[in-house]
Amino acid sequence: MALEVPAALEAKIDEVITHYPVSKRSAVLPLLHLMQHEYRYITDDAVNWVAAKLGLQPIQVLEVVTFYPGFRQSAPGKFHIRVCRTLSCAMAGSYELMESLCKAADIDRSHVDHHHPIAVSADGKYSIEFAECLASCGFGPVCMVEDDFHESVKPEAAAELLKQYQ
Amino acid sequence: MSAAITYKAGKQPHPREHRLIFRNIDREGFNPSIECFVANGGYEMLKKAVGMERQAIIDEVKKSGLRGRGGAGFPTGVKWGFIPPTNTKPVYLICNADESEPGTFKDRYILHQDPHQLIEGMVIACFAVKATLAYIYVREEFPEAAIILEKALAEARANNFLGKNILGTGYDLDIFVHRGAGAYICGEETGLIESLEGKRPYPRIKPPYFPAALGLYMCPTIVNNVESLCHVKHILEMGGEEYAKLGTPNNTGTRILCVSGDVQKPGYFEVQVGKVTMGEVINDLCGGLKPGRKLKAIIPGGSSAKVLRADEVFKLRDGRELGIMDIPMDFDTMAACGSMAGSGGVIIMDDSRSMTWVINNLNNFYAHESCGQCTPCREGSLWMKKISDRIVAGEASPSDVAELERVANNIEGKTICAFGEACSWPTQSFVKKFREEMIGDTKPDLEQAVVNPETMLAAAGLR
Ligand SMILES: Cc1cc2nc3c(=O)[nH]c(=O)nc-3n(C[C@H](O)[C@H](O)[C@H](O)COP(=O)(O)O)c2cc1C
Ligand code: SF4
Ligand code: FES
Repeated sequence: MALEVPAALEAKIDEVITHYPVSKRSAVLPLLHLMQHEYRYITDDAVNWVAAKLGLQPIQVLEVVTFYPGFRQSAPGKFHIRVCRTLSCAMAGSYELMESLCKAADIDRSHVDHHHPIAVSADGKYSIEFAECLASCGFGPVCMVEDDFHESVKPEAAAELLKQYQ
Repeated sequence: MSAAITYKAGKQPHPREHRLIFRNIDREGFNPSIECFVANGGYEMLKKAVGMERQAIIDEVKKSGLRGRGGAGFPTGVKWGFIPPTNTKPVYLICNADESEPGTFKDRYILHQDPHQLIEGMVIACFAVKATLAYIYVREEFPEAAIILEKALAEARANNFLGKNILGTGYDLDIFVHRGAGAYICGEETGLIESLEGKRPYPRIKPPYFPAALGLYMCPTIVNNVESLCHVKHILEMGGEEYAKLGTPNNTGTRILCVSGDVQKPGYFEVQVGKVTMGEVINDLCGGLKPGRKLKAIIPGGSSAKVLRADEVFKLRDGRELGIMDIPMDFDTMAACGSMAGSGGVIIMDDSRSMTWVINNLNNFYAHESCGQCTPCREGSLWMKKISDRIVAGEASPSDVAELERVANNIEGKTICAFGEACSWPTQSFVKKFREEMIGDTKPDLEQAVVNPETMLAAAGLR
């Protein structure tokens, strides 16, 4: 089943491709970002569409999708949360923050592993995963909710934070 | 210009700071627009640069002694000079804004608050090396920075600081933002280039793939860190020789230190290289350790730098003996002390921290981030994680600590890219310096566990 890409998105995609006058293949990452933004995760249809658009084999797109932690292959919640787990944040309490966010959002992370890093809440509203260093190590623990960045989030403030995302 | 700079409440620079790159960070009334930048003298150095001989710009950068702020500390002017003189291919320049070395958080402020400073530095650098196309590779986790940069680039284009026939000189250049997708290895310059070519970011082997000779699309490519490129503008403003008077010989200029961990006031501080000591960083800039705590260890230059133990005495070649608090924050002394100044990320650990837990956290990072191309790195980083997982869980035998070290020793120097060192140095140094503590976290009785003799025989055959 071919993907129906909205005209406005395709116009944006065509514009982005012009940023790479030497090689269209360079546009794989930006196109996948636009796809993920539109559809929330990268579907097989999206892989095929991007490949066709850039004159590539689908595997050349899929191997990119599967490498980068920033691309998801399953649906996240309405609000996707990333909690930094690396050293400075861990020292500041990021594992505790993860725990209290999961509690506040009713997320069960027990089935999470390297290949399935994302856990989704029962109601589908929130999803969460650990991220590696988000480059704000002096102000941990830090997390991102969608594209918003939050610093010095005390584990006690997890429920309060989620209230902003309804 | 500099007369009346005031900073936002609570964000005033420390008196020990010397702000060039961060002059406009947290500044009252400053915003990322081009109007604000130009009103503060912005793009004047670009105007000066396009009237100069290209080689003269490179010579100023060489004279300044500027060393890359991305991690390796390689002299920027020398790198620019590596483009083969006989080159006839297009030249590219890439700004490395991947900022992903744990402990490092400096480039983010430039990208978010002062994007035109970077763009001005980049256009000057591009002009000097005759690049006609450039990219800013921004990590995916800076979505707002990408938007701010796109806007700033459009403003620069509209003002003819970028695009066709820049400032009437006949020089054409375009710069685009390219977003990564959450992989640390994209910070390594050849991995970054592969990523920008739309592929998995598998680093390339050097030689032959030194970017200045064979980089993006197999053309000469200059890759520089955000902070390095910002310095270029200030070097032209001051002149290379004047700039070189900042800092200390061979460690010139200013750099931004990012301090995190167990101090009262973590944060970012722009200081003259080598003009403050580790003790001054902790006690003056960061307000000291937390009440009642003692210093235990410091990672001085991003998580890949070897850890320093609080009670070590560092014997330098020139006969000096330094305690940890006396180390000047520069490239050469930090290397002489057996570690590196790296990316400027300083992580402080006090006596409340378990070193086993710390190295395990870092081993998790490296196991997650290895690109998987080289067997020693792919397998070794995972084994280091698994063994340290076991030590943390109290399920390791004392000999596992030596095993951990052995695995690390078998990665270093045996891989395609410097990630091999980046992942083995932490383990090597933590085991070397905190061996007793780590062994203390193991279970001695496991050593005597009865093992099936047949298994032992089989294992012997595998050796
Ligand atoms: C594993 C690894 C990760 C790196 N990550 C970064 C990074 O996030 N940002 C950066 O500027 N340089 C990073 N570097 C260094 C780059 O390879 C390169 O040396 C640097 O961008 C050159 O810029 P400079 O000369 O201005 O320092 C990394 C290197 C390695 C080996
Ligand atoms: S050293 Fe590690 S990160 Fe570098 S190329 Fe080899 S496997 Fe990849
Ligand atoms: S360790 Fe969390 S932002 Fe760097």
